[in-house]
Amino acid sequence: MTAALWNRLDVWARRLIPAGLSVVFVLVTVVPFALPGYAAIVPMLVLASVFFWAIHHPGLLPPAAVFAIGLVQDILTGALVGSGAVVLLLVYGVIVSQRIFFRNKSFLVVWWGFMVVALGAGALNWLFASAFAGQLILPRAAAFQVLVTVAIYPLLTWILHGVHRLLPQEA
Amino acid sequence: MEFRRPGLIARLASPLRGMGQRFVLASLVIVGFGFMLLGNSGAVFVERMQTAVADVATPILETIAHPVAAVDRGIANIREFFALRSENARLRQQVVRLRAWQGTAHKLAVENSAFRGMLGYKGPARHSFITARVIADGRGPFVKSVLVNAGVREGAAKGQAVIASGSLVGRVTVAGARSARVLILTDLNSRIPVIVEESRTRAILVGDNSSRPALRYLPESAVVKPGQRIVTSGHGGILPPGLPVGRVLASKGGGFRVQPFVNLNRLEYLQIVAFAPVRAPKVAAGKTGGGPR
Repeated sequence: MTAALWNRLDVWARRLIPAGLSVVFVLVTVVPFALPGYAAIVPMLVLASVFFWAIHHPGLLPPAAVFAIGLVQDILTGALVGSGAVVLLLVYGVIVSQRIFFRNKSFLVVWWGFMVVALGAGALNWLFASAFAGQLILPRAAAFQVLVTVAIYPLLTWILHGVHRLLPQEA
Repeated sequence: MEFRRPGLIARLASPLRGMGQRFVLASLVIVGFGFMLLGNSGAVFVERMQTAVADVATPILETIAHPVAAVDRGIANIREFFALRSENARLRQQVVRLRAWQGTAHKLAVENSAFRGMLGYKGPARHSFITARVIADGRGPFVKSVLVNAGVREGAAKGQAVIASGSLVGRVTVAGARSARVLILTDLNSRIPVIVEESRTRAILVGDNSSRPALRYLPESAVVKPGQRIVTSGHGGILPPGLPVGRVLASKGGGFRVQPFVNLNRLEYLQIVAFAPVRAPKVAAGKTGGGPR
């Protein structure tokens, strides 16, 4: 009986991993790290996380969770509240509808897909920020951020795949 | 073999779930746009949400910030260690220069207090400071702001100036119970009334997300030279006057930019200046005219 209870608790804890890890990524994103120029190009970790779980386990990262994580990120980074959340939701929607395509594809294909997604997300972020600022923001920093994000994706995938193995298979 | 089953079930069930999910997704996107519009127009509801989330996150971020700062300092120490020789030579030169200044400053201080005594001048009230730690860094490609771990409880309020080592960093835009957001002076939305210290020429320091904000709205007759000090003017009554901001640089495209005194890449502890804006003394109606309320 208790064994069954523990088992169930364990499964529940593991079910929280995708959302929990995304929240951890939000925190990592905003940690004040005093490397010169680091802050301006800090990679879009949460984007990578949402991309990954949308392919592998969308059931454990429902739209509401994506939205909430996006809102928290917007608030902690001081971005326009809602902008990051909308971008994450759109990415999530697109990837969930295309996830059959990404399943069991070679890593290079997935990486290429992520590059397209990161470019799109970067462009949307830039568009929202510019539209609400009422002027065109120099896109250089945003472009650099996309590059860094794409470059770091293999490392993130490695971490995410490691975590993925911890998930309950029946979920 | 076992793990293929859920995939199959999910695939069979996906059209049904897909419809519901798609509806939820679309609604949330609309809600997100709603937040953007409301937040942009400064709705209280969005600001409440911001402060609530930031306040909840504050203790967590504080906990993370400590070890990260320790590692950071370690790295900085190593870097400084290798630069010790050149640093030492530079500092020696600076000491020589500053000794001369010290003498001048002392003389001026004495002279100044004597003059003040003669005139019966009452200087500006001393401000009190709230020291806070940077716990979240939002200096992304679009915004330049940080979150600090002091809020209304500590005495912080919207609009207050924020300084580091005596020079202006930015100002408080949102103050929660125990956290506050500081808009850095390089941010696109930052506008700070300043004066050129020497000539007392008024201008507005306009942030544009670059590391050097522009000096705008100078009077046409103004003579500004690179190297001159820029300080806050206190106009508008929000920021205290006389806070050092930076030094004038000639910009490539004409006009002037300002190199801030504070190294904005390294913000760890900030001081919020609790400044009570000066109000014109109340006078009985009819006695004197004018003056802002």
